[in-house]
Amino acid sequence: MSEKPNNEKQFSRRDFLKTTGMATGGIIGGSLLGGVVGYNMSPVNPGAEQGATSGQQGEQTASQENPGRLFFHNDADFETISQAMERIFPEDDMGPGAIALGAPYFLDMQLAGAYGNNSKEYMQGPFYEGEPTQGYQSRLTRAELFTLGIERLNAVANNEHDSNFATLEAEQMDEVLDSFQKGDADMGVPAATARPDTFFGLLRSATLEGVYSDPMYRGNRNMDGWRMKQFPGHQHAYIQQIESDSFVEVEPQSLYGGGN
Amino acid sequence: MVTELDSVDVVTVGVGWTGGVVAAEAAKAGLNVVGLERGHARGTEDYQNIHDEYKYAIRYELMQDTSKETLTFRNNRDQRALPMRQLGSFLLGSNLGGAGTHWNGVTWRFLPYDFEIRSMTEENYGEEKLGDDEGYRIQDWGITYDELEPYFDQFEKTLGVSGEPNPLGGHRSDDYPTPPMIKTRILQMFEDAASNMDYQPFMQPSSNLSEQYENPDGQTIEACQYCAFCERFGCEYGAKSSPEVTVIPTARETGNYEVRTHSNVVEVLTDEDDETQVSGVRYVNTRTGEEFIQPADIVVLTSYVFNNYKLLRVSDIGEQYNPETEEGTLGRNYCYQVFGGATGFFDEQFNTFMGAGALGIAIDEFNGDNFDHSDLDFLHGGSITISQTGSRPIATNTTRPDVPSWGSEFKQDSIENFTRTLSVSGQGATLPHRENYLDIDEDYEDAAGLPLVQLTYNFTDQDRALQQYLAERSAEIMEEMGANEVAVDEELGDYDIAPYQSTHNTGGTVMGDDPQNSVVNNYLQHWDRDNLFVVGAGNFAHNSGYNPTGTVGALAYRCAEGVTTFAEEGGRLEEE
Repeated sequence: MSEKPNNEKQFSRRDFLKTTGMATGGIIGGSLLGGVVGYNMSPVNPGAEQGATSGQQGEQTASQENPGRLFFHNDADFETISQAMERIFPEDDMGPGAIALGAPYFLDMQLAGAYGNNSKEYMQGPFYEGEPTQGYQSRLTRAELFTLGIERLNAVANNEHDSNFATLEAEQMDEVLDSFQKGDADMGVPAATARPDTFFGLLRSATLEGVYSDPMYRGNRNMDGWRMKQFPGHQHAYIQQIESDSFVEVEPQSLYGGGN
Repeated sequence: MVTELDSVDVVTVGVGWTGGVVAAEAAKAGLNVVGLERGHARGTEDYQNIHDEYKYAIRYELMQDTSKETLTFRNNRDQRALPMRQLGSFLLGSNLGGAGTHWNGVTWRFLPYDFEIRSMTEENYGEEKLGDDEGYRIQDWGITYDELEPYFDQFEKTLGVSGEPNPLGGHRSDDYPTPPMIKTRILQMFEDAASNMDYQPFMQPSSNLSEQYENPDGQTIEACQYCAFCERFGCEYGAKSSPEVTVIPTARETGNYEVRTHSNVVEVLTDEDDETQVSGVRYVNTRTGEEFIQPADIVVLTSYVFNNYKLLRVSDIGEQYNPETEEGTLGRNYCYQVFGGATGFFDEQFNTFMGAGALGIAIDEFNGDNFDHSDLDFLHGGSITISQTGSRPIATNTTRPDVPSWGSEFKQDSIENFTRTLSVSGQGATLPHRENYLDIDEDYEDAAGLPLVQLTYNFTDQDRALQQYLAERSAEIMEEMGANEVAVDEELGDYDIAPYQSTHNTGGTVMGDDPQNSVVNNYLQHWDRDNLFVVGAGNFAHNSGYNPTGTVGALAYRCAEGVTTFAEEGGRLEEE
């Protein structure tokens, strides 16, 4: 691992500490702070053996803030879904939220690919609403459902608060999201086509996936989602540690690129 | 245009555990075997970048592509069955090795009680306890534990299973081939609590091996590194016994075995002139679309529960079960499992992210008929275990019961509890009911144009009672382990196809000693067609309180013996 990307990481680390106020406390059991201190003592990176070069790592760090969008062509749509994801997993004393972790960019890339196009889902009709125990029955792909869901977040927000979703106060956003989760929000289409709680369920899982998947998917930036949770990511083995009677803090490791 | 190929001695449909075991044994006996596998080839070299929770555990990279094939589902006959449009409740395997690639490696033997459940229940509690009048259809398997024991032993030696004897299990002719896995702090806590409660805890039998092992066929399985990416993943070390590192290479080394991938069997072929035989299979090359007929002296269906059933059904072999008249046997006795457990919240942090798929410790006091059911409103039971498979952050977001499922409080509680919660869980048996069965659905078809399998299933009263019983026992252990707070699993609602529960589906092609209530005899030979064998968890007459693969493997060796015996002698294999 070269010096340069390491320095950049340290810089973004300090920045992160400053903006979240994390260094001043509010961390459960001091565990996250432990993770941060351990950060600069990066062990040998097995990722390097897998063909990642330090040059690639540096470029990834530099372009993290806006890696470009594949699915969301409209800025307002992207802002809407970003704010909704941030409410699911907000920035707080624990650490960064969905936006700082890049989860909206994770979702953007997923919606442009197999996930968004339901490539591995059975999408043949006839379609019926189905019982609650029969699972996803919409004729819409996930990409179509997110597009509709964004429209409806704004429609409900305007209806209730005369404002688009992304410009609401946090509590108001939570009220709107709550009405989707409970199935009360109007999706503007028959229930057989899409249910608000189905959209909410996808939004919630996509947020957690963006926060906690390997950084190669563009979320979980700097592996900070993993750091908060003290999950070490891709480790080859724990056979040397598994007999320990006490908790072992392990520096996280990404599959590729050494943890960007 | 259909191309007819040269005939072979044995063709197996699907190359996972059962297809691999049958192929290895038949090929070693000198038979010429072709394995038709609709997926692609794969092996340890494909699992070197596998530590990716999102791709493999959440998006199911190794599993069946439901755009091509799935099933339809309803809770009861009054509902309209609808497609399972994405995987959820269970994760169907796909490609070489099948579900034997992404299993956890827990390798139990079912109990002697399981195989003679009807006889023993009636003997111990009287006929009324069987629940015939409530629609339960409990039946013996047509084979005893003692008859199956040598095949359990053989399967365990092929895999190199690491374990220690179940103090309440059936007789063992030999020890486990390798010692148990490491007893971690989490497992020790369970052991101490269970011992304090006068239970007899023991290490769960594991096919993630405690040490490097060479099996009797000369295949080497490596030692587990406790990397914690087992379930839903393939093993990067070749340390999880799977068909690709055991029986498939064994079969190949004989020179008598060919695996044909991308070969989707769509029909078992029958001969109009001879209703006692099948003549081979018809399959489609999924890359080219070409159709082939593979004639064979012996056909062995070795795919998963649903596809074994489906191939018989679409080939019009045997009689479909009808829940109204209870005529027909094909599709009956579909069973599943119920999970009753408890989650404990602790101040202490644990290494929950380390582990192995089958790393666990169990008690068996509440399984089978190991406890008195006289005053209970259910039969059978379940093993109760604590497992350390390795928690991963997308799927594991445990919170205290009153915490919302999103927002800041959720974030804090789920992060805090990632390393501070432990779960004890009972794996409950389910018993067959006349209303739970497989059929086909003419309204929906797969990529080959065949109808989808239709599953009609709901939990029974006995399932609900057992699930709560196991949850309460689990909670008592968790309290003894010193948790600050214990959350007990809620009562079961209707069976829901969406959330993951278990890939332990059973029944539909049941074994037995009577063609009136089974599809195959106790060599897994079809009752109507002498040269057709059907093997897998579909043969289970009910599902037990354990992971099924050990019993599936034993049946596969039993079937292999049937195949080689039939190749020499022909005719019916059941004892008159």
